[in-house]
Amino acid sequence: MKRLHALARHQLLWPALTLILLILLDVAHRASFLSLTILDGHLFGAPIDILNRAAPLVIVSLGMTLVIATRGIDISVGATVAMAGAAAAVILEADPSRVGMALGAALAVGLLAGMWNGLLVAFVGMQPIIATLILMVAGRGVAQLLTGGQIIPIGAEGYLRLGDGYLAMVPCSVWIALVVSVVLTLLVNRTALGLFVRAIGINPVATRLVGLRSSAIVFGVYVICGLMAAVAGIIISSNVRSADGNNAGLLLELDAILAVTLGGTSLLGGRFSLGGTVLGALIIQTLTYTTYSIGVPPEATLVVKAVVVIVVSVIQSEAARAMLLKPMKNLFSPARQRASTGTSTS
Amino acid sequence: MRKLTGRLADPRTLPIVATIVLFVALFGFGSVMYTGFFSMQVLTGLLVDNAFLLVVAIGMTFVILSGGIDLSVGAVVALTTILCAVGAEWLHWPIWIVVPIVLVFGTLYGAAMGVLIHFFRLQPFIITLAGMFLARGACFLITTQSITINEPTFHAVASLSLPLGGGSLNAGALIGIAALVVAIFIAHFTRFGRNVYAIGGNERSALLMGLPVARTKIAVYALSGFCAALGGVIFTLYVLSGYGLQAQGMELDAIAATVIGGTLLTGGVGYVIGSLFGVGILGTIQTLITFDGTLSSWWTRIVIGALLCVFCLLQRMIERQAGRRRTGGAGLGPRSKEPSNGGQRRPEQHGGGDPVTMV
Repeated sequence: MKRLHALARHQLLWPALTLILLILLDVAHRASFLSLTILDGHLFGAPIDILNRAAPLVIVSLGMTLVIATRGIDISVGATVAMAGAAAAVILEADPSRVGMALGAALAVGLLAGMWNGLLVAFVGMQPIIATLILMVAGRGVAQLLTGGQIIPIGAEGYLRLGDGYLAMVPCSVWIALVVSVVLTLLVNRTALGLFVRAIGINPVATRLVGLRSSAIVFGVYVICGLMAAVAGIIISSNVRSADGNNAGLLLELDAILAVTLGGTSLLGGRFSLGGTVLGALIIQTLTYTTYSIGVPPEATLVVKAVVVIVVSVIQSEAARAMLLKPMKNLFSPARQRASTGTSTS
Repeated sequence: MRKLTGRLADPRTLPIVATIVLFVALFGFGSVMYTGFFSMQVLTGLLVDNAFLLVVAIGMTFVILSGGIDLSVGAVVALTTILCAVGAEWLHWPIWIVVPIVLVFGTLYGAAMGVLIHFFRLQPFIITLAGMFLARGACFLITTQSITINEPTFHAVASLSLPLGGGSLNAGALIGIAALVVAIFIAHFTRFGRNVYAIGGNERSALLMGLPVARTKIAVYALSGFCAALGGVIFTLYVLSGYGLQAQGMELDAIAATVIGGTLLTGGVGYVIGSLFGVGILGTIQTLITFDGTLSSWWTRIVIGALLCVFCLLQRMIERQAGRRRTGGAGLGPRSKEPSNGGQRRPEQHGGGDPVTMV
């Protein structure tokens, strides 16, 4: 019983339930939803498809989770995705053989973007949403500057394998997402970083007074987020075989924040769960897949998404739960009251 | 005279002074660099081309002053253009029936988000994000095509123009000016305006003072929804069509204009008139790039980003200075030194008089 109670209060319960519900919905619609087939030595099937398409979102959302856990937010990740893809494409356009250099340039762009954000938030002390708004607005301009306002096609084989190729029957992007998740989880759970991040999110002042160099940690968290966005930028540009400064990663920051929230991470900082974020990102992608496969017109996907966001955030809100539970409690208490007044009058 | 210079250097008015100086400088730069820039035509053109952004930014200013944010405005503008087009083309209603319906719709849409935000204590960021998805999704549900408006009453209103010293103002620009005047009155001369500043300064204190926090917060989002719908009407008149992809990213422009206009994103500090100059600066940059002809459009974004950065740094410096001054005494807070200028988190005292006694 106690174990059941612990399970009911577990952080991952709601996101896991949502995902299971969505998958059940899919299975009910099409019984073969979960089946996998092997074609040309690659695994094929709806779950693989969802994982493959969710990979960039998972990676970006993981970086975002750490940022949000420190009471921050990074709305520039979409722009960073565009800049990283543009940087790689420009180098590959000049010489398709320099794949390593292109990857390095993309990651360097992410690193710089993260450092810029971290500098403004941790050391200048700007509000995270404005600090990253600057890069969100300017970043797309920079990306278009890099690409010269054109969509640059990418033809380098080695680079394209990252987002389009397969490794051991599974898409490379899924492997990348897996590696990133494992590395970040180890970093957060096996070192003191997770504790520090939580401490900053719960009480930044106390953390500083305890003697932690909290600004250095916050700075590092934004750098990680920028790097993650760059990795996602590489996968996305490789997957669509081009770099588009205007549209790559458009609205990705919103999806990432959504994934983080769906995963049970508090936007107020302190409480976070990387596993929940992965589930959240998978929920978003599964939801998209479900709306398409059930035959909801693609135009309605946004409406469905909006409804899910509202429902999930209302469920997660304590005030809403208290408000909804009150009538249920009142059902019982008036009866007791009536009973007690009855005895007193007699 | 000393009072005036003191007021200019006041930490609360310094950002807006900086904004106005920058606007004048940008316009002066254009006048020196390009022939024909310094004219009434360019100035009125600025207002005509950016009237919808001005109206949307006014609504955004109120939300940000109250300490919130509204990401749904761009999508509501798009939805408004679609609704106007549907009303005009599919139902053949004249403009004076369509516009009130659309405005009421926008107000209710904003109010609904406000209710969710206040009563369920949800993050404004998330809820207005959902509102943005919902409004954009509704656009595409109605139609994925662009609807051209041929309704004669829409064309009649759209072609109205008021000549003004070489330039001319159209209906949208006139609505924008009217909205600005009304908004300034609401923000600085009504109870509602003072409540907004008080809630943005410190919601808890406002509640303890007995201010109607719930009503005010919901009204702020309703006002923002109304402004977004009004901006959408102006936009419809400007392009005479309805399309779901219109006004993408306008929420960012509105936030940028508000911040450049000197409103603090933490809430409680700023002036509505600042947003006019914020919009003016964004518009002037665009006009400058058009006049130059050799610069590409993406420079607009880079320059806007750089300006945002400069203004945020300026605000940060002012905040720090104010904070130092506040705690500079014997730890007694602002009272011991300057009773009328008690730090950055207090409600504005624009029209004179203490907000507590006025409410």
